[in-house]
Amino acid sequence: MNFIRNSVIPVGTVLIAILALWYVFAVILNAPFERDQAARANTTISTRQLIANTMAQERPVLPAPHQVAAEIRKTVFDISPTSKRSLVYHGWVTLSSTLLGFGLGTLLGILLAIAIVHSRTLDKSLMPWIITSQTVPILAIAPMIIVVLNAVNITGLLPKAMISTYLSFFPVAVGMVKGLRSPEIMHLDLMRTYNASKAQLFWKLRWPASMPYLFTSMKIAVAISLVGAIVGELPTGAVAGIGARLLAGSYYGQTVQIWAALIAAALMAAVLVSLIGLIANMVNRRMGVRP
Amino acid sequence: MTVVALRPKAKTMADAAPKNVIDVKDLSLVFQTNDGPVNALSNINLAVNGGEFVSFIGPSGCGKTTLLRVIADLEQPTSGTISVNGMTPSEARQKRGYGYVFQAAALYPWRTIGGNISLPLEVMGVPKAERKERIARNLELVNLSGFEKKFPWQLSGGMQQRASIARALSFDPDLLLMDEPFGALDEIVRDHLNEELLKLWAKTQKTVIFVTHSIPEAVFLSTKIVVMSPRPGRIHEIIDCNLGSERTLDIRETPKFLEIAHRVRDGLRHGHSYDEAHL
Repeated sequence: MNFIRNSVIPVGTVLIAILALWYVFAVILNAPFERDQAARANTTISTRQLIANTMAQERPVLPAPHQVAAEIRKTVFDISPTSKRSLVYHGWVTLSSTLLGFGLGTLLGILLAIAIVHSRTLDKSLMPWIITSQTVPILAIAPMIIVVLNAVNITGLLPKAMISTYLSFFPVAVGMVKGLRSPEIMHLDLMRTYNASKAQLFWKLRWPASMPYLFTSMKIAVAISLVGAIVGELPTGAVAGIGARLLAGSYYGQTVQIWAALIAAALMAAVLVSLIGLIANMVNRRMGVRP
Repeated sequence: MTVVALRPKAKTMADAAPKNVIDVKDLSLVFQTNDGPVNALSNINLAVNGGEFVSFIGPSGCGKTTLLRVIADLEQPTSGTISVNGMTPSEARQKRGYGYVFQAAALYPWRTIGGNISLPLEVMGVPKAERKERIARNLELVNLSGFEKKFPWQLSGGMQQRASIARALSFDPDLLLMDEPFGALDEIVRDHLNEELLKLWAKTQKTVIFVTHSIPEAVFLSTKIVVMSPRPGRIHEIIDCNLGSERTLDIRETPKFLEIAHRVRDGLRHGHSYDEAHL
């Protein structure tokens, strides 16, 4: 009962509001085309007919939600996952490079944070570069990474994953620097009275203290890893992946296909972020966080 | 990594015979702050014998905590000498010569009570079986048996502080340094813990150095009260205070108790008086 009251009702209400708004905009945005058609055919069109038509166009400006849902159903369930027209196939291509890039990015972020926390020199020298790296627009740098890596014969999954890594290491590095520095002075003093080594200080105090920071940054990192993977698929000539679907859709004016790919990407991101949240909850329970 | 050897539990009185556990000579400490140098400690001379219970009492800013931290090698003196167990504070710390209890319990929130007591033992490389045995023994010592698997937030403030005392005792140091350990607790809990601490001290025969700003607490617990005064932080007076080993809270109504408390209050007032003139 609590679940229904606390989750289903509020989330459902927002969802219904979004869908309602979406339908309203679909009608408003698609109506000029229908009026235009009617004018050319020298016929008049009833409002009821107009509204029905706006929701069933081949290439609408804004497809109605049920058109997108139908497209997703067709490309996910009706087409074999091995087919290049399957959204599952493209989704997996994007997901695999997202996960690889996210894994590498998280690892890199943690290692950088450890180095920064333990060395004043690195703190002063690395941190400005880490911040600068994120001010470069990813759309500008993504094709370069793909082209440069292609030139040295690194193709396929890794170049795309590198773009995810480039984006995702940042929140993890910044979050973990904060997290590894989060222990209270009293807790640090305590370790000093035990004459603890640097490694013991790290594993018994800094690392466990940083866990809440790690999972928060990982949630951000996994979402932007997905964005990175999609951006990485654009300059590869739209071979495969959600990015390729978006690009192909925009070449051919297939707005329904674009929206289906967008929704699929959003759902994937939601699932990935929830998964991290689930792992965080498990770790929290083990670490005795007050429920 | 050195494994801490178990000391024989029952010490004979001969072992506890007075020898200087702490010896401080002409010690000064000056903090360099943005507002200029601050004389945190000035010309401190102090000797603490084995088995004594010594309280540092004084208003805030008198350097009582700083002096404790110097003994613990958490602060470095600017001049003068200090020895702890016949060694420098740094050597004593590296030999795990003392247990430190902070103002707050400072338990690690992600460790259970048992896990927190285990922490110093893990750092010192005590094998697992012995860790278990020591956790049980020290929890019993502070009357917390049965709370081993609880997390700190599930315990009251007083129980948390008792757990932190058990943690400080877990590796059986000869010297216990306590920095206002009961300062954040209400008076009823504080009275109760004072009694328990006294029993604990009688049972373990450890040397205790205890920082406080409560006169009754200092008089009730101590064999020696060090009255300190601020700006510059210094020792104003050292008052002997031995109310006998079998003490209960009732002793606080006796003339002898009140007389010592009066002397301490007098000492605090004198050390402070000229200060108020220009406040």
